[in-house]
Amino acid sequence: MALAIDTLRRTALHDRHAAAGARLVPFAGWEMPVQYTGIRQEHVAVRTAAGLFDVSHMGQIETSGPDAEAFLQHVLSNDVTKIAPGGAQYAVLCREDGGVLDDLFTYRLERLGDRIDFLTITNAANHERDHAWFAEHAAGFDVSVRDAAADYAMLALQGPRARALLDHHLDGEAPARMRVTRGVVAGVECLICGTGYTGEDGVELLLAPADAPRMWDALAGAGGGAVPAGLAARDTLRLEACFHLYGNDLSEDRSPIEAGLGWCCKLDTGFIGSDALRGREPAERLVPFAFTGEGIPRPGHEVLVDGERAGVVTSGTLSPCLEVGIGMAYVRAEAAVAGMAVEVDVRGKRRPAELREKPLYRKES
Amino acid sequence: MAERYPDDLLYHPEHDWARVDGDQATFGVTWYAQDALGEVVFFDPPAVGASVVANESYAEVESVKAVSDVFAPLSGTIVAVNERLAGAPEKVNDDPYDEGWMVKVELSDRSEIESLLDVGAYMDLLSKS
Repeated sequence: MALAIDTLRRTALHDRHAAAGARLVPFAGWEMPVQYTGIRQEHVAVRTAAGLFDVSHMGQIETSGPDAEAFLQHVLSNDVTKIAPGGAQYAVLCREDGGVLDDLFTYRLERLGDRIDFLTITNAANHERDHAWFAEHAAGFDVSVRDAAADYAMLALQGPRARALLDHHLDGEAPARMRVTRGVVAGVECLICGTGYTGEDGVELLLAPADAPRMWDALAGAGGGAVPAGLAARDTLRLEACFHLYGNDLSEDRSPIEAGLGWCCKLDTGFIGSDALRGREPAERLVPFAFTGEGIPRPGHEVLVDGERAGVVTSGTLSPCLEVGIGMAYVRAEAAVAGMAVEVDVRGKRRPAELREKPLYRKES
Repeated sequence: MAERYPDDLLYHPEHDWARVDGDQATFGVTWYAQDALGEVVFFDPPAVGASVVANESYAEVESVKAVSDVFAPLSGTIVAVNERLAGAPEKVNDDPYDEGWMVKVELSDRSEIESLLDVGAYMDLLSKS
């Protein structure tokens, strides 16, 4: 156990997490805080006030040069030409056969006074593979692709109070949703991105690792600061919002179409994998569901329709806001209809559930 | 609550406790177990009348992130389950030795008691883990 811990990478905020009493666990090669005071408390803080996540394990790839846009259009599934300067866009990275290598956010930084044109955020577990994929397919493009993961710490400030808290420390203007700006927060120069993974308003901050403790102290400081929140709450929050988790809901064995990500696959751009996806009618579709009684679904549990196996759960938890078991499952396409009554086999007990529209949780407004 | 191991209980190495009272015993999980689990959100109890076998799982307890088996320290027949845990599973965290009890069992073999750990032996085990 000790040996394994020694080989894990630590973020610039490791001391802060330890001091806050975090439970630190191995995650994608990093030692990350999974929870501080408790998952539900942290989850509710993000839904009702503001939470602060260290997501420095996530990777970054910088893409620059005359062909930067054309290159990203070639590898990313979405229409990169639609990203305005200072804009953000979600896409998947596909193999030639349409299998999903990763899901990614790309920010267009040109005209922000940057040396780089595009910044793409990768999942920690996929970062090296993504960078290798980018580098391999950059041949023939006048473009520079750089693994920049070591240059950035990343914090997510999320929740209905996140922007007010940011404004308090911000010199300048905050970006709108799905926009990115360069700014100074708590005296620290950073990229401020109007994005997140919780279903709440908020920002993600990209900054030099050396500045991360100062930023953390400012945003999570005593007296109305954000509540430190761990990866466990990040997972329950994203699942209520029905955001995909690579490795659970997305994989090389699944296409973005069956994952419900057809909206970010612009086949006409000719991206790698687009030919394989064209006209493909998937046999299964990813659908959210909620239990109508007790029990908690977990990945790998079978979904049953009329007593017959019809799918498999890829993400499952107890929803802290809805107070029932929720999840996402790949279900036979003809049965993958919102409102369908199903059962989930929870270790031999058949728990009634209902397929739902996404998101599973929506703020009452 | 703070870490605590009452000295009137007997302990099983899988972090379960038994409070023996004549031919009956109450079972639950220890402070260490509930801390490792995190916030308990669901307790799936066995039925009254079911048999439990020492060292085997008799119920499941779930936190938000994980599910864990609960092991029987002793063998017997379940005569009561803590119905309150259905509505308030967090009692397992808040008060693992009293309000967080899980089942009461009519013991079938009192000689098994000899194999359980007293508080000193259990705390020795914890210090080595």
